[in-house]
Amino acid sequence: MLTVWAILIDGFIYASWLFLVAAGLTVIYGVMRILNMAHGSLYALGAYAAASALGWYYADGGDQLWMAFAIIAVCAVAIGAVTGLAIERGLLRIMYGRDEILMLIITFAVLLILEDVMKLVWGTTPYFAYQPYAAMGRINIDVLTVSRYDLMVLVVSIVIGVGLWFWLERTRIGKILRSIIHDREVSKAMGVNVGRMFTITFMIGATLGAIAGGITAPIISVVPGIGIEVIVLAFAVVVTGGLGSITGAAIGAIIVGLARATSIHTMPELELFIIYAVMAAVLVFRPHGLFGQAVARKI
Amino acid sequence: MKTTQQRTIWQKTLLSTATSVALASAGVMGLATTAHAQDSFKVGFVTFLSGGASGPFGVPASQGAKLVVEAINEGTLPAPYDSVGVNGLQLEMVEVDEAGGPTKQVEEYRNLVQRQNVNAVIGYISSGDCLAVGPVAEEMQTFTIAFDCGTSRMFEELEDPKYVFRTGLDAVADNVGAARYLAETRPDAKRIAGIQQNYAWGQDSWQDFTLAMEQLMPEAEIVNNQTPQIFQGSYGTEISALQTRRPEIVHSSMWGGDMESFVAQANARGLLAQATALLTTGESGLHRFDGQAPNGTILGGRGPFGGFMPENDLSEWFSKAYEEKHGTPPSYPASKAAQAILALKYAADNSDADGVPSSEELAAALKGAKFESVSGTVNMGLAGGHQAVQPMLYGEYHFEDGQAELRNVKSYPGDCVSAPDGYNAQEWIKEGFPGSSCD
Repeated sequence: MLTVWAILIDGFIYASWLFLVAAGLTVIYGVMRILNMAHGSLYALGAYAAASALGWYYADGGDQLWMAFAIIAVCAVAIGAVTGLAIERGLLRIMYGRDEILMLIITFAVLLILEDVMKLVWGTTPYFAYQPYAAMGRINIDVLTVSRYDLMVLVVSIVIGVGLWFWLERTRIGKILRSIIHDREVSKAMGVNVGRMFTITFMIGATLGAIAGGITAPIISVVPGIGIEVIVLAFAVVVTGGLGSITGAAIGAIIVGLARATSIHTMPELELFIIYAVMAAVLVFRPHGLFGQAVARKI
Repeated sequence: MKTTQQRTIWQKTLLSTATSVALASAGVMGLATTAHAQDSFKVGFVTFLSGGASGPFGVPASQGAKLVVEAINEGTLPAPYDSVGVNGLQLEMVEVDEAGGPTKQVEEYRNLVQRQNVNAVIGYISSGDCLAVGPVAEEMQTFTIAFDCGTSRMFEELEDPKYVFRTGLDAVADNVGAARYLAETRPDAKRIAGIQQNYAWGQDSWQDFTLAMEQLMPEAEIVNNQTPQIFQGSYGTEISALQTRRPEIVHSSMWGGDMESFVAQANARGLLAQATALLTTGESGLHRFDGQAPNGTILGGRGPFGGFMPENDLSEWFSKAYEEKHGTPPSYPASKAAQAILALKYAADNSDADGVPSSEELAAALKGAKFESVSGTVNMGLAGGHQAVQPMLYGEYHFEDGQAELRNVKSYPGDCVSAPDGYNAQEWIKEGFPGSSCD
């Protein structure tokens, strides 16, 4: 019974982290039809910014938990929004209308460039900002313990998921974005400033990636290459759920999270395999993912 | 027609002039290269400069190597290495990034030898890279030192090596040493679990450790082993899975950022209050845990390196110089890289060569040699004189008043933790370590 509880708790905690990482990727694809490989770099930038700022804060004698969370939020939002704006205005804007594969290659190039930029700025030494994770303590369930920080990540993930749904379904900008998703050209003809909407969408997607990195920073050792590791997982989740679907990303994350937790608790040697086995099984029956929709090609 | 003829003459003149200039330049460059080759010895140094292994391993190794190279060229090393240069030649280091996998490393190795014209190659943290590069080094007949990779298969797969050497211990020594330390310090431990990165290093380490435990602590039960992806970073689910098995000892061969992340998370989750962690590469976190590992956590340093270095003139010089330059004491990768450079200097100085020693002369000098290093006296006593035999040390982490140190350190002689020549390492453990001497 303890193992069942452990699988459920670990599965949902991991799923919440996966959703955080994948949300920005799927928002950008849903609206802009760009598979943003640089999303991994935005995650890494958020992690580096938060880890180094937390390092300064604690080295300076800081010990307030709320202040640590404020630092993570400010750093992640600032670096995500600014970098997102720079990538979209400086590069992607002049590439709109090109083939999706070309856009993928361009964002992959951005990923590689940003990886080196991060090395130039932060070096290669790991950054460790464990203090908020340790300070929040844990809850004991028999021999099992659950970190309160992990539970907070779960709450943040739910808040971001509901917030994204509300933004897309209940706000004026959300309606405009949905019109762009349905037909970009007609939206333009109706007076929608598609370029501006793209900028906003990319900045929000990039910021979500940086927030995921910022929140993860106190859990991990922030080292070069974490962005590349994460982008592979994020792709597995959004492809399982259906590219461009927020609901799909959430359901995909839960399925992958629970499958992985079950594997780790029962057959740990299959941990790596299970994530991609789930993705492959879903794609066999639904080639566009659980919530993805086949789009008719315009001729 | 006249214009065409004039153009043809003009082209011929230009071509012959260009050819003459090119030939002359090549001659001058050739002379320059020869002159250059006569007053310097070029060594390729391969280590991770990018990716997850660069921060904790690759860059400290590079820093350690550069520090020793600079001191060799200035003649400021303590005796017996206080002469300037290697065999009187300035040592020139060409650095190459180890990231990219074995296929890329084979290409890089060929580039180093054929295009960069290095006289020797030192490098390789990844066991996969060592296994791939070893046969190529033998084929290209180039003196090569593996300074860190731990696979015990390296010399099992290289029959009768001539040019390839390893100046550190292999993973078998790490894990036999770990089992011996447990048997000596925690003989009553009954429930043993593990967490290893899911690739050759982690799998081999766990196999060697569990085989050794069967021999040394047959009453202990292996209750679980987790195999997360390398560079995964977050180990929440694995920690839960370990907790539900109620282990007393958690063995891990994870290294670098992964190892540090696991320790921080396992400590915050309370796993390390329930069980003692045994970290075979934990020394690299000695000055980085900052109290996040509980006192009593068992650390290894892959031999007498980093915090386990014995006190001698070389180790004292190295520790002081490294800390002055980089602000932190040297970790074991830095020490191991320094040891490989010292091995090269030893081989070159003892090669009896006139000028740049050849690979054959270097190999003959290092084969079976005993040379002084930051880790004490290194005996190239295994694999027909190509593999170092050194003691394996383990100790307990202790953090107090902002200072980390190793306590309850125990040293096991090389013969006690390494399989003798002629034995497959796993068979040697299964047969109960025949020929081992632990006194």
